[in-house]
Amino acid sequence: MKSAVVVFPASNCDRDAAVALEQVTGNKPHMVWHADSEIPDVDLIVLPGGFAYGDYLRSGAMAALSNAMRDVIEKAQKGVTVLGICNGFQVLCESRLLPGALMRNAGLKFTCRGVGLEVTETQSVFTRKYDSGQRVTFPVANGEGNYTADDDTLDRLEGEGRVVFRYAEGENPNGSARNIAGILNEKRNVLGLMPHPERVCDPLLGGTDGRALFESLLEGLG
Amino acid sequence: MTHQNSRPITLEVVREHGLSPEEYGRIQQLLGREPSLVELGIFSVMWSEHCSYKSTRVHLRKLPTTAPWVIQGPGENAGVIDIGDGDSCIFKMESHNHPSFIEPYQGAATGVGGIMRDVFTMGARPIAMMNALRFGEPDHPKTRHLVDGVVRGIGGYGNCMGVPTVGGEVNFHRSYNGNILVNAMCVGLARTDKIFKSAAKGAGNPVVYVGSKTGRDGIHGATMASAEFSEDSEEKRPTVQVGDPFTEKLLLEACLELMATDAIVAIQDMGAAGLTSSSAEMADKGGSGIELDLDRVPQREAEMTAYDMMLSESQERMLAVLKPGREGEAERIFRKWELDFAVIGVTTDTHRLVVKHKGDVVADIPVHALSEEAPRYERPYQKRPVAIGLTGETKIVPGPYSLANRDILRSLSTILSSPDMASRRWVWEQYDHTVMADTVQIPGGDAAVVRVRGTNKGLAITTDVSPRYCKADPYEGAKQAVAEAWRNITAVGARPLAVTDNLNYGNPEKPEIMGEIVAGVDGIGEACRALDFPVIGGNCSLYNETNGEGILPTPAIGGVGLMADVHRMATIALKRASDAIIVIGETRGHLGQSIFMREIQHTEAGACPPVDLATEKKNGDFVRKLIEDGRVDTVHDVSDGGLLVALAEMALAGNIGLEVGIAGETTESIPFFFGEDQARYILALPAERTQDILDEARGHGIFVTALGKTHAAKTLRVTDEGEIPLSQLRTAHESWFPNYMASEEVPVTN
Repeated sequence: MKSAVVVFPASNCDRDAAVALEQVTGNKPHMVWHADSEIPDVDLIVLPGGFAYGDYLRSGAMAALSNAMRDVIEKAQKGVTVLGICNGFQVLCESRLLPGALMRNAGLKFTCRGVGLEVTETQSVFTRKYDSGQRVTFPVANGEGNYTADDDTLDRLEGEGRVVFRYAEGENPNGSARNIAGILNEKRNVLGLMPHPERVCDPLLGGTDGRALFESLLEGLG
Repeated sequence: MTHQNSRPITLEVVREHGLSPEEYGRIQQLLGREPSLVELGIFSVMWSEHCSYKSTRVHLRKLPTTAPWVIQGPGENAGVIDIGDGDSCIFKMESHNHPSFIEPYQGAATGVGGIMRDVFTMGARPIAMMNALRFGEPDHPKTRHLVDGVVRGIGGYGNCMGVPTVGGEVNFHRSYNGNILVNAMCVGLARTDKIFKSAAKGAGNPVVYVGSKTGRDGIHGATMASAEFSEDSEEKRPTVQVGDPFTEKLLLEACLELMATDAIVAIQDMGAAGLTSSSAEMADKGGSGIELDLDRVPQREAEMTAYDMMLSESQERMLAVLKPGREGEAERIFRKWELDFAVIGVTTDTHRLVVKHKGDVVADIPVHALSEEAPRYERPYQKRPVAIGLTGETKIVPGPYSLANRDILRSLSTILSSPDMASRRWVWEQYDHTVMADTVQIPGGDAAVVRVRGTNKGLAITTDVSPRYCKADPYEGAKQAVAEAWRNITAVGARPLAVTDNLNYGNPEKPEIMGEIVAGVDGIGEACRALDFPVIGGNCSLYNETNGEGILPTPAIGGVGLMADVHRMATIALKRASDAIIVIGETRGHLGQSIFMREIQHTEAGACPPVDLATEKKNGDFVRKLIEDGRVDTVHDVSDGGLLVALAEMALAGNIGLEVGIAGETTESIPFFFGEDQARYILALPAERTQDILDEARGHGIFVTALGKTHAAKTLRVTDEGEIPLSQLRTAHESWFPNYMASEEVPVTN
């Protein structure tokens, strides 16, 4: 599996994503600078966590307009697999590859802690190695992770099996609608999620629950 | 407000610059003429307490600063230690107290930004942040606002930088009502053969300015940090700088990219006193001169004067000296990161700092006048008598404590929910503590541990000081701060290597405060020598007084240690339901200055617990060896609150219950369970290994006691005293902070 990680100014989980990808897949990803207009020919594009452009406008709003994102959008429409983690999820929503938006956390505070999640959809290239309904723990680390969309959109996401991760009952750290932590696009080749699977790929870091996500991709994308 | 270069210099102007008439006379003598206003501004910041250490320099010299593993001691932007395999650890702690009191969010944020620049200017990638925070009493009308702003500021900056904030301290005490302390520590990692320093050697090398543009923010910050506060201090808000972590993140990456080349001769961040101190210090260390042309400085505002530019403390800026001809290569890197880049001067062989603006020479000062000629004072000092009493005895006897509440489980619950002892989760969950995916011990343990990426090595990091001990006895209290840092690093299984000290005190011109400072430095020196734990850098923050009221003496110690294999790291969490619990170190029942006396008896009385450094070393070395050998994985040092508090923390962290009883010949439960005797560690280990370890400890002449065992029930039981469910203790421990922060906001008028 060949992969690329897009580096925006003030991305800060780009290196973590690269380490996790290399650990699980055995291959180093390409690191692609946001100003580059073309993403190399890869099986997976990762939009990492961080504060692209300082997130001084809305989170992800500036990054969604970058050169690199133009090509990401094009490639995603052609079916290339795209994974957006945290700030990457925000960029995916801002670029309309995913519906809805991420608002300020309900508690109004940046929150970093391990949260219990339920894998609610395993019919995806991102989650095929999980068991349906499996309970996992990933850390969240965000100030704007409160997923919101209109009811029709939420109904559709649920009806089409596009809600992949949900915060477990009582664990919703940011007020996200219907406990949504991660969603797929219609074609199911784009996943955005707020929690950080790349931070739980090593037993020393308090868990390996995130590995199966990367292993799923490896199995699905070769 | 802009300052005209031509404003006449009167004694009033000299005073406004924080200089004494004698100091001004010395400036005239050094220059052989009257200074210009720009020159006066330059002298005022370089000779400020903050930059010159004029009150403390003669004492700081007494600190031990060397060891075979020390690569760089005090005097550079940060200290450097060798951690093997060609890796170095670079770290420093610095205060941002005064700005944080005036504008807590920006003050704390720029404190974080400043200390990160100190570390990455030396070639290191920052890998962990810590902070030591002291606030006024919780019911003071400003405290909640300050806690909220400081915590958000630290998080806002550090989270965006993508450097995990892995721990620290938060205390409350009325002495900080008007002077909070915000001390931030940054730990970075570099290759030992790629360390950058600030000596601007050689003549004819281009001096380049990179980062943000210069504005009028922070003018005179260093001078502000060198004076007492008064009622009108909030009018100084315009001198607080505004942080931009986004630009700093770009600056970090751009600097590291440039550092991968060999284009740099010297580099230094523009921190306190901005362009002035960076250029003067670089020329001083390089034995050269520097000529600056201010017309080329990237400027954010129109009509800035030379005075404004030389004294601005705009953030996220660096000054570098390059090898000639390498400007283009460097510029390309900084442009890629969308940062300003300008060649603003050249190094010379004149040993003078020459500043030009609009064709005029506005300053021309011999460099040595700003550095070694800066005043240094042997200020008169007076050591006051230390507090005495409540020291405990070998055989514990009843004391005045026995008259009060004897329900020790209720006292435990009260202590665990007190402002200083309650869980800090509310604070550290606002910090991204797991970014970089190398945090192997998150906040809440004895020391934070971050893995050295791509290896099994770990760095253990802690910040410690018990200001109430330092108030009772400035010398023993300072010793204790070092010993506790050493112990916390030991308790996770790391070898303590070096410290950075952040000396927060009141007005050094008062002999009794100067006495606290001298005793504090002596105590740190004594402990660091005995524990082989040199001081490789630090910062002094003096004049922490408002309306004549000083803070508790607060010499915060930031310690770093190294462990060879993070897989063997110990944590405080109980792990098995049938472990034996033993205590290394002697419990004499020292209640003086204890949390018990303060929270239950409502008195800050007695002597602080004395530290026997030889015993510290012996006990700590023994515990560390057990961890390194993989024989013990559960350890907690005993500090604030004593044995029972430490046991409760271990039970809560692992969600495993335990039962303990008074051991030995002692019978008095309060001093036994709440005394704060030093050099102690609690260990939990499989019962079958216990006897060997007890025998070995005794063989080494180490005091050791079997205290009890863990059990399947989720309760904390004290033999003959009763038990309490862990859920109840957890609620007590976890609820104080969020409840306090959520409670009715007292309106703050500003």
